[in-house]
Amino acid sequence: MEIFDFFVQNREMIYFIILAVFVGIEVIGGVPTVLHTPLMSGANAIHGVVIVGAIIVMLDTEPDNIFGLALGFLAVILGTLNVVGGFVVTDRMLEMFKKK
Amino acid sequence: MKGLLEICYLIGSVTFIVGLKMMGNAKTARKGNLIGAFGMTIAILGTIFLFRTEHTTPSAFKLVLIFGAIAIGTAIGWLTAKKVEMTKMPELVSMFNGMGGACAALIGLTEFQHNIGNPTALSFIVAGMVIGTISFSGSIIAYLKLSGKLDKPIRLPQYNMLNNIVLLAIVVFAVFVIIKSTGLPLAIIWVLFAVAIVYGVLFTIPIGGADMPVVISLLNSFTGLAAAFGGFLYDNKPMLTGGILVGSAGTLLTLAMCKAMNRSLTSVIFGAFGGGSAAASGDSVTGTIKDIQVSDLAVLLNYSKKVVIVPGYGLAVAQAQHVIHELEKLLEERGVEVKYAIHPVAGRMPGHMNVLLAESNVEYEKLVEMEDINPEFEQTDVVLVVGANDVVNPAAKTDPSSPIYGMPILEVDRAKHIIVNKRSMSAGYAGIDNLLFYDPKCSMFFGDAKKALTELVAEIKTL
Repeated sequence: MEIFDFFVQNREMIYFIILAVFVGIEVIGGVPTVLHTPLMSGANAIHGVVIVGAIIVMLDTEPDNIFGLALGFLAVILGTLNVVGGFVVTDRMLEMFKKK
Repeated sequence: MKGLLEICYLIGSVTFIVGLKMMGNAKTARKGNLIGAFGMTIAILGTIFLFRTEHTTPSAFKLVLIFGAIAIGTAIGWLTAKKVEMTKMPELVSMFNGMGGACAALIGLTEFQHNIGNPTALSFIVAGMVIGTISFSGSIIAYLKLSGKLDKPIRLPQYNMLNNIVLLAIVVFAVFVIIKSTGLPLAIIWVLFAVAIVYGVLFTIPIGGADMPVVISLLNSFTGLAAAFGGFLYDNKPMLTGGILVGSAGTLLTLAMCKAMNRSLTSVIFGAFGGGSAAASGDSVTGTIKDIQVSDLAVLLNYSKKVVIVPGYGLAVAQAQHVIHELEKLLEERGVEVKYAIHPVAGRMPGHMNVLLAESNVEYEKLVEMEDINPEFEQTDVVLVVGANDVVNPAAKTDPSSPIYGMPILEVDRAKHIIVNKRSMSAGYAGIDNLLFYDPKCSMFFGDAKKALTELVAEIKTL
């Protein structure tokens, strides 16, 4: 029964996922419509955490694998765009709410 | 140094949760965003300097490359985000989302070769790559649509069926690659990548412009999911927390947006509106349309007790936010009560109009949400609709054959006078005729919003 083995081996991970899904739902619950756009933009910035994976790719790639390094380089640029652009544009939106 | 890295990752994960929670409240939102950004920085720096395993080969050259890439990304991202006009924000969010998706896709493309014969790792790699790619190409299409470079929904014959076939093909192909990876040419992953790009395009092109915010929000949660698969692959906690958090929160946000527009997610994806046959099916309206001159309108507004302004995207496009604020102040000086009625999807996204008006210093308290303003129209002398269309179309309540039937609207037809400022008689974003314009109480005030309102302000000053 491979499927059971999978559950036993990854038990903590599975619990982690379920709890994280609920945290995500909980965190967003009851947010006023006005904040939907900034919130979506903020969430957009947070999934930019994928850049961590791009950095790991760079660190893992053999130093002589130019193609691999180039892909990793591009991935880090794209990830940074997502993170920096996301947080900055969200801040600009929210700045306007705060003035009041 | 593994311990220190774990602490960095813990900080990252917790700040994502706390930051997102704080962003749900207008008072703490900005701080929440900054907290998330802080945690992200810690997680990134920790990874660069402390992530070391038996596979890693850190070198000065690589560090230069990594920091070079980050510098390039920061410069472009920062400048674009700072410079963009607030009206163009939705498409920018879509673009940044696509970049995140592409990043996830590239991770999958490079990791594939290192994990041949390991089905567990491959399933994370392939899933993250495919979802990231769909999010990437879908977001680019959404960007093009929102920025007006691709304004008509494109419907291939039987597009729903076609899309489902392509999706099924991707799933079968992906499962095959995961199970039979040994012996397959490495280029196979690039074929899968290409098919996923095509699917992202096919998925997004039939969807009408008015539904784009929902699609962006959906693609946003896709990218979250792609990031989470990266987290599985590397057993990396901040990627998992951030990715799953955005995946689930994004899904909920998507559903909330659908609810605000009274659309179901399935009807957004499978039965898109906005032009095409659906638009033609609404009864064509007959009747006469009146127009009003600026001098008459000035008198009407000046001697009203209560005026409600309904701003729409047209106002933002014409950059008339500042003039409308001037008009509001002028009328208040003359003893007129002025409020703004904000439809949940006014602008291009929920809350977009609030951001735009806040930018031109309109007081937050003057922006009244739909449920609260609707009962007030009864006592309103003049409703001034500027650049809004579908959100005031009574067909949403009266005409079951209309594609927007059932969408909650601002019930402006209950006011004593309705003035609609529009550039021309063209239809709104949903591509349908507006019954309101034929209402006997309604007069059209034609002209570019900024120009027309400037004239109106000047005219009122002479009274």
